[in-house]
Amino acid sequence: MASTDINSTVETVFRIEQARLIAGLTRMLRDVGLAEELAQDALVTALSEWPASGVPDNPGAWLLAVAKRRAIDRLRRAKMQERKHAEIGRDLDEDRGDDVERRDAALDDDIGDDLLNLIFIACHPVLSPEARAALTLRLIAGLTISEIARAFLSTEPTIAQRITRAKKVLQESGVAYEAPRGEARVLRLASVLEVIYLIFNEGYAATAGDDLVRADLCGEARRLGRILIGVAPDEPEAFGLLALMEIQASRLKARVGADGEAIPLPEQNRAQWDRLLIRRGLEALARAEALGGADGAYALQAAIAACHAHTGRAEDTDWAHIARLYDRLGQIVPSPVIELNRAVAHSMAFGPEAGLALLAPLETEATLRGYLPLYAAKGDFLFRAGRYAEARAAFDKAAGLSRNTAERNFLLKRAAACGPARPVMR
Amino acid sequence: MRVMVMVKATKDSEQGVMPSTELLEAMGKYNEELVKAGIMLSGDGLKPSSQGKRIAFDGPKRSVIDGPFAETRELVAGYWIWEVRDMAEAVEWAKRCPNPMPGPSELEIRPFYEMADFGEAATPEIAERFDRLREDAKKR
Repeated sequence: MASTDINSTVETVFRIEQARLIAGLTRMLRDVGLAEELAQDALVTALSEWPASGVPDNPGAWLLAVAKRRAIDRLRRAKMQERKHAEIGRDLDEDRGDDVERRDAALDDDIGDDLLNLIFIACHPVLSPEARAALTLRLIAGLTISEIARAFLSTEPTIAQRITRAKKVLQESGVAYEAPRGEARVLRLASVLEVIYLIFNEGYAATAGDDLVRADLCGEARRLGRILIGVAPDEPEAFGLLALMEIQASRLKARVGADGEAIPLPEQNRAQWDRLLIRRGLEALARAEALGGADGAYALQAAIAACHAHTGRAEDTDWAHIARLYDRLGQIVPSPVIELNRAVAHSMAFGPEAGLALLAPLETEATLRGYLPLYAAKGDFLFRAGRYAEARAAFDKAAGLSRNTAERNFLLKRAAACGPARPVMR
Repeated sequence: MRVMVMVKATKDSEQGVMPSTELLEAMGKYNEELVKAGIMLSGDGLKPSSQGKRIAFDGPKRSVIDGPFAETRELVAGYWIWEVRDMAEAVEWAKRCPNPMPGPSELEIRPFYEMADFGEAATPEIAERFDRLREDAKKR
């Protein structure tokens, strides 16, 4: 095998093993930064030894053994406190054969899983959401700094610094490396879900001209979501989030037109929706509901997405059901944007006047000032209510807020369809 | 990227020989690994080609051919659909699969076409067709 081939094989194998390797080392060393460094050292050793020896049968165990040896070397050199040294040494000697013990621990309201713990650490609320996202992509998804920088339209030094600082914050804040329990676990899980969805939405926001790595963030987020349900199989909201992402991703192909313009949901060619992802999404949603999580914020959003996914033709959409789901979602996570979506659903289910009634209080909402979708929705409601002059004003206002040519043209077209501009009658 | 990993048929699979308990166990563990790595989308086993049928096309003519079919090595006995970063990752995961058959056997990895593969060349016609479909959908 050519040396470049074997090197890329080593790197691929390392990428597969990396997260579990760092997770195991983090448990032993209680230092995620050091764990990552040792994992990198192990990669360097693999790159120098595997070309001659071949890839070992159990590369994960091999890498862990090398990293452990390095850890012990370093600890000796650093002359750590005797007690700490002994403690860590004991942890390092522990074999991976403590499965029974771990399963017992898992039963004891513990997570009992290094990988889940590492996810909890990377997504720790002491870090900013951006830092959590970068650290999660680095440690769990195994993306390189350069890939993360490209994906977030940032530079390598910025991302490298963000990750270094995040690891420092974790170290200095004395973040506990034990699995969170009870109420703390609920909050920490919410933080994990938030980060995964943030990564997904970064990818979803990518446009046709963007780097593929950026669009691939949707795939990375879904992979993280699947990894999460693998290590936290009793968390309904983890399934709810996965369901939401799978169903949204099922429309990725259908939502972009030939000229790169966005195609709104009702006009998408539903034959292009990815049936496999829809099926996976519906299964994940069913699981979330079976676990008692039908009322979760992600499960409700997934249920709304599922309602569209079930429907063969846009005009058959069960808007009354969607309106009810938005009513519930608005109670659980009140937000002006959800309220706006609720208004749209109500307008589709019960007529434009119902939409306008829900929209009225939002117009004075400070967070929605200059928010384009608010004016686009208002224009649509007014148009459907036959109030063309007012509709035109709303569409014009929305077009003025757009920074995207295709979108602006679409809004101007809708404004023009309202008839000639004339003063609004009072 | 999405790939299909096909388990190629062997004389055993074509005769409907069921896998041993050991193999079932090893395969179960392997599948669990795939799920936990977040790459598995779907997968299943197929019955021998003796239970299959082929539809042969020749111009407007269609004829139905009953199994079993010859060329055992070209037949598919099972498949997975994975979502991986690249072919290299798919290859590494496939290498970790326990030998799915009692004798020598083969896995074949084939990437799915993605929208990007069609590029500029196919855009006008496809776009036009989709536009028409959209129009039709609106009219209905």
